[in-house]
Amino acid sequence: MSAAMQAEGYNFAYLDEGTKRMIRRALLKAVAVPGCQIPFGSREMPLPYGWGTGGIQVTASVVGPDDVLKVIDQGADDTTNAVSIRRFFARVAPGLRTTERTAEASIIQTRHRIPELPLREGQVMVYQVPQPEPLFRLEPRRAETRRLHALADYGLMQVKLYEDIARHGRVGSSYDHPVMVGGRYLMSPSPIPSFDNPKMHMSPALQLFGAGRERRLYAVPPYTDVRSLDFEDHPFVPLRANGTCALCGARDTYLDEMVTDDRGGRLFVCSDTDYCGTRQAEAVA
Amino acid sequence: MSGLLPGFADPVLDAQSAFRAVLEAMSRPGRVQRLQRPPSPPAPLCPAAGAVLLALVDAGTPLFLDAGADALEWVRFHAGCPVVGDAAEADFVLAAGVPPRLAALRAGTDEDPQASATLILQVEALEEGAGWRLTGPGIEHEHRLRVVGAPEGFVAEWAANAARFPRGVDVILCAGDAVAALPRSITIREG
Repeated sequence: MSAAMQAEGYNFAYLDEGTKRMIRRALLKAVAVPGCQIPFGSREMPLPYGWGTGGIQVTASVVGPDDVLKVIDQGADDTTNAVSIRRFFARVAPGLRTTERTAEASIIQTRHRIPELPLREGQVMVYQVPQPEPLFRLEPRRAETRRLHALADYGLMQVKLYEDIARHGRVGSSYDHPVMVGGRYLMSPSPIPSFDNPKMHMSPALQLFGAGRERRLYAVPPYTDVRSLDFEDHPFVPLRANGTCALCGARDTYLDEMVTDDRGGRLFVCSDTDYCGTRQAEAVA
Repeated sequence: MSGLLPGFADPVLDAQSAFRAVLEAMSRPGRVQRLQRPPSPPAPLCPAAGAVLLALVDAGTPLFLDAGADALEWVRFHAGCPVVGDAAEADFVLAAGVPPRLAALRAGTDEDPQASATLILQVEALEEGAGWRLTGPGIEHEHRLRVVGAPEGFVAEWAANAARFPRGVDVILCAGDAVAALPRSITIREG
C-alpha cells in the first residue's frame, strides 16, 4: 500500500492503546471461558453500528504489522463492506498486507460466512456479530439471559427447536443456528448459514466474535467441541441449496442464488469468491 | 528514580506482539511462545513477565505483586496501575516467589466469570513435550508441558480451580522470554 494512502495522526490500527488493552484483556478471558459473552467498552468507530464495528475493534486489537488481513462479506471479498474495511486497515495499520486469498491470510474478518477452504493453525477468524445473545428472541431481558447462561439452563431454546419440528417437520433456522460450545455455553455462531456450523467444530483456527452495538465479545479456542443444537431423533442437518455453481461447477459449496433476467432466469454461484475463482483458474490451467 | 529501567522499546508494536504471544499461548494451552521484543525489567522480574504486565495492565486493573520495590516502581511508572496489598482484590497477580493459593484469588461469579484474577507466575523454565499432560479446549489430543519450579501442590490446586468452571483463575506462566498459559478450562494430569 502506498504511503500516500495512509492516514496520518492515528495510532497503529486506529484504536488508542488503552482501548486495545481493555479489549485484549476481554479477549483473553473470552478464550479462557469458551462461548461465554464478555462485556467490553465498545468505541465509536468511523462507520455505523451494523457495519462490523465489533469485528473491526477485535481485529484492531489483535492485528500487527506482520499480519495478512482478509475481509469477507457473505463470502465475497469484493462487496462494499469488505472493501471498505480492508481499505480502512490498510490506511491505519502501516505495514499490514491485505489479501483476498484464504490460504495467505493470518487474520480473516468475516460477515456471515466461513471460507470453504479449511482453516489452519495460526489463522484467526474474526466474526462480525449483530446479536451475540442466542436467547434474544426468546428472552429479551439481558439480566434474565445472564442468569440462564450462569445456570446453563437452555430449555427455552430446546422448546423452540421442538416447536419448529412439531410445526414444520424440521428445525426452522437456516442461519444463526445455536451451538453448544465445550458442552457448557449456548452460543450464537453469528448469522452464518447452518451449512457453515460444522466448520466451527474442532477448527484448528482461533475464532473471535465481536458485537459492537451490543458491546460484547466471545471466543472459541482452536480444537474446541462446537455442537449444533439438535435432538437425537432429529439430528442437525446443515442446509444447502440443491444446485451446482454455474462458474466453477462445485457441488459441495454454499451457493448464492442470482437472478439473471426479469423472466425468471436464475443460476447458482459459490458464495466464497476466492474459492470459486481459484477453482476456475485451476480448471483453465 | 535514577535506576529506572525502560519499558517497551516501541510501546505500540511491542505490546501488540506480546499480546499476540499471550493470546496464542491462551488459545493453545501448553504450547510455549517466545516473546520477540520483551523489555528488560528490574530483577526479579523476567522479561516475559515484564512484557505481559506492560501489555495488559493499566490504570483500570489493580495489581498485586511480590517482586520488591524496584519492580513495583517500574511497573507503576510504565503501566500506571493501582497496586493493592491484598491479592484477593487484584485483577492481575504477579508472583515471582511462592504464589498465593489459587483459591484465595478472585474467581468471578457464575454470571460474570470474566471478573476473575489472572495469575502471572514466574517459573524457572518451560519445556514442551514432557511433564504435565494437558487436555481441554485449544488442545487437539494432548499437550505436554514441563514446568520447572512449579509451586508445590499446584496440580491439586489446579484441579480445584478447574472444577469450579466457569469460575476460576487463569494462569500465565513466564520463564525468561517464554510464556505458556493455563486457562481455567484445562485439565492437568501429572505425567
